[in-house]
Amino acid sequence: MKRWLLLIFAVFMVSTATATDSATEAAIANDPVAEKRLQGLSEELRCLVCQNQNIADSNAELAQDLRREIRGMIKAGKSDKEIIDFMVARYGDFVLYRPPVKGITLLLWGGPIALMLLGLLVLRSYLKKRARRLAEEERPLSADESSRADALLKDNNAS
Amino acid sequence: MNRYYWIVGAFAALVVLLAVGLGLNPRDVPSPLVGKPAPAFTLNQLAAPEKTFSPKDMQGKVWLMNVWASWCVSCRAEHPILVEFSKKVDIPLIGLNYKEVRGDGGFDMSKMPPEEEKKLAWQRANQWLSEHGNPYTLTAMDLDGRVGIDYGVYGVPETYIIDKAGVIRMKHTGPITPEVLGKKILPLIAELNK
Repeated sequence: MKRWLLLIFAVFMVSTATATDSATEAAIANDPVAEKRLQGLSEELRCLVCQNQNIADSNAELAQDLRREIRGMIKAGKSDKEIIDFMVARYGDFVLYRPPVKGITLLLWGGPIALMLLGLLVLRSYLKKRARRLAEEERPLSADESSRADALLKDNNAS
Repeated sequence: MNRYYWIVGAFAALVVLLAVGLGLNPRDVPSPLVGKPAPAFTLNQLAAPEKTFSPKDMQGKVWLMNVWASWCVSCRAEHPILVEFSKKVDIPLIGLNYKEVRGDGGFDMSKMPPEEEKKLAWQRANQWLSEHGNPYTLTAMDLDGRVGIDYGVYGVPETYIIDKAGVIRMKHTGPITPEVLGKKILPLIAELNK
């Protein structure tokens, strides 16, 4: 119990520490509109050092540098597209959390849909087979079959 | 029976897919800069602070650019290979010192005046090279890491091979291993120098 409390406390400390970090960063910036754009852009961009974080969340050195670069470009009046292009030219499509649809990313975008279609096809053939099997099982016995069954039952009783 | 083959086949395919995925290096992100002209820059040199270096100075030569810093642990692992390389291969090896002071993480940069950062960076870089050997024809000092951003640097050490026309032909992220050197870098240099 004590250990759990300690752990929760530690996690809390870490999260407040990062929260104040970004708070000071926000305080330095004085233009709320530019900050909002920076926030939006950096949420779209992957931090290449810690690849599962975007550069808004990451506190890696490179993410800080890239936020500084973006801030500079916003101040210089660059459009969002120009800023994204700047990043892609340097780090490739991998820097985008939503990579463009093109030859090399086709599997990435089409894969899930293809898998779902495949799943649907398998499901359909299974259901068809199942329906056929059930129909087979529930069909009343034919005259031939019932006479054979009778014979078997009689046989059983006799012995 | 037929249906079991199907399931086993699908499972085997999945295993192969995952095995290949595990074998890939997630840091090995293909660089969009390969095949593009090396971004221009002008930076001061480590050995001669009053002089500058630009990639255009290397026009007509095949050259290597290696990004390093004294705080970079993997650079130390790679260094003996570079020293050996510089002795054997007669090709310019340019060092790009990346964020020598800022990248260290041990300094409060908001309290450090630029002059002091400069002094410290030169001192630390020089000391590192005198301790571990200097394989570089020269080293350019990228104090704030802006040139690094232009070259898409995200994990030091990184190495670029640039051809006679100033086009980046290869980028290697992470320390150079003897294998990478022998199988990729040396053959490419030989081809480019033909």
